[in-house]
Amino acid sequence: MTRVEHATRSSRIGLALIAVGLIALMLAPYWSDRATLRLLAEMSTYVTLASLWNLLAGYAGLVSVGQQAYVGLGGYLLFWLAIILGVHPIAAVPIAGVVSALLSVPVATLMFRLRGAYFAIGTWVMAEVFRLIASQLSTLGGGSGISLPAAIVIAMAPSRQARDFEIYWLALGITVITLVAIVALLRSRHGLALTAIRDNEVAAQSNGVDVRMVKFLVYVLTAFGTAMTGAVIFLMKLRISPDTAFSVNDWTAFVIFITVIGGIGRIEGPIIGTVIFFALRETLADLGSLYLLMMGAVAIVIMLWAPKGLWGLTAERLGWQALPLRRYLVTHSVPTRGAP
Amino acid sequence: MIHWLNVILQGILVGGLYAMFAAGLSLIFGVMRLVNIAHGDLIVLAAYVALVVTNSLGIDPLTSLFLVVPIMAAIGYVLQRGLLNFTLGDDLLPPLLVTFGVSIIIQNGLLELFTADSRKLQAGQIEIETVQMLQGLWVGYLPLIQFFVAIAVIAGLQILFYRTALGRAFRATSDDQPVAQLMGIDTRHVFAMAMALSLAVVAIAGVFLAVRANFDPAIGPARLIFGFEAVIMGGLGSLWGTLAGGIILGVAQAIGAELDPGWQVLAGHVVFLAILAVRPQGLFPKVSG
Repeated sequence: MTRVEHATRSSRIGLALIAVGLIALMLAPYWSDRATLRLLAEMSTYVTLASLWNLLAGYAGLVSVGQQAYVGLGGYLLFWLAIILGVHPIAAVPIAGVVSALLSVPVATLMFRLRGAYFAIGTWVMAEVFRLIASQLSTLGGGSGISLPAAIVIAMAPSRQARDFEIYWLALGITVITLVAIVALLRSRHGLALTAIRDNEVAAQSNGVDVRMVKFLVYVLTAFGTAMTGAVIFLMKLRISPDTAFSVNDWTAFVIFITVIGGIGRIEGPIIGTVIFFALRETLADLGSLYLLMMGAVAIVIMLWAPKGLWGLTAERLGWQALPLRRYLVTHSVPTRGAP
Repeated sequence: MIHWLNVILQGILVGGLYAMFAAGLSLIFGVMRLVNIAHGDLIVLAAYVALVVTNSLGIDPLTSLFLVVPIMAAIGYVLQRGLLNFTLGDDLLPPLLVTFGVSIIIQNGLLELFTADSRKLQAGQIEIETVQMLQGLWVGYLPLIQFFVAIAVIAGLQILFYRTALGRAFRATSDDQPVAQLMGIDTRHVFAMAMALSLAVVAIAGVFLAVRANFDPAIGPARLIFGFEAVIMGGLGSLWGTLAGGIILGVAQAIGAELDPGWQVLAGHVVFLAILAVRPQGLFPKVSG
């Protein structure tokens, strides 16, 4: 009897640890102070952004340096829906996601004409176009930006604490849904196709994978999740401007750094990377531009000497996986380690 | 009428500068399929090198080229040999991410050394001298020099590529790296020479940029994008195509700025996207990417 299994002992332990961690995070409003909660919410948004970028670049091979286009778009759509159309901000978050996903279809059609590294810069041009258009929108404050009016903010929840809780759970919820969706996607038929594309695009194509279609799907899904996260980020900030919304440093450089350090092309990578990134930021942020300089250097070193990131380095060596993603061929009843 | 002629002419002249941004980018892509995300920041670095050279030696910016060009070429050689050569291979990610890291390092290094203040190179009298082209149409000497230097740079690169031994090595490596290696070409050296040449062009572009307008450590990425747009519009691999692409971008921006100052850069991007939509291979394509 042979069959294919996903789970290994390490992934069972991993799942148990994740379940415990998740419960602790869900209850965070009751055990942490306000500053910690804000930090956790911010970390949560970065885990989402990095996981989505990882799916895009690490699996589908679409290296975008323009995902800030969708972070900003999501943010601006939230402000537009809430201020101009009077939609409740929480309800505006999924709407912003859907509208951005729809807009990403023509963008993808255009960007997919560029290959490889030129695709990367093309996406950056697109983000710049979005930023320049945003700074022409005088109803949303033009180049200097706009704040979410107090009346809308107060209408969200009866107290500031309740609002903080709401936004935190929203951010955490989006992260969990994104991660679950990515795991489900990777375990599905499309996931096998994606992993094949990651490992060898030409071979995948010759084995009947519709590479273009899979990439297109991933691009649109990523736009959806990234825009929802962008909406939540600017709901937390309560203020938006073209330069913060479409910042290449905040929404792409940091995200790439997180993914590369944690481990690109692995689902655990962005989570580990986010923890390391925030630990570094909390200790070194006083250094200002020197801190960014060091970050660039660390990213180069990791890319050259540990291209699979810190998680890749440990997981490879020990055969770990925190989530049951790999496919193991089981010949008896004992899972064999090693070859996926 | 003469007003719009003027706008278009200024756009064409700026296009020469964009073509120089693009030529360096196109050159290294052609030879080693490397897209250098730090290209724009290297242009800004060249501007700062020129600032230091002109300030410490008291020479004018155009003379400083005799120092800035070799300095930048040396930086290019070392950067390629010491770092970027290790990223080349079948995988797209390492070169992209490493040059992205280099970009962040240059930006923040310049910020640390020179602060975020805007700087400009002073070229003296030549900056304000003009020549009359038509009744009511005056053109500055400096933009004219800049444009003719751009043409000379591109013609020079063209000759270097198709008439010299180094150019033959560039083309051979570009066509088939393993075979070039079998024929006794040291590809590590060829790649480093290509980057040195690219940064020599970057040095010229950087100095003209710094004389023309204010610069600060953060303006690099936008220059990368302008160069990239010129490359794609002109057609991959065609040097004269990059000149055409640069001119189209310059004219689009000039017309956009004339309609509304907020539309200058946006108009360039829109024309770029339009060309990408109707003619993705660019106007004068030579190789497929």
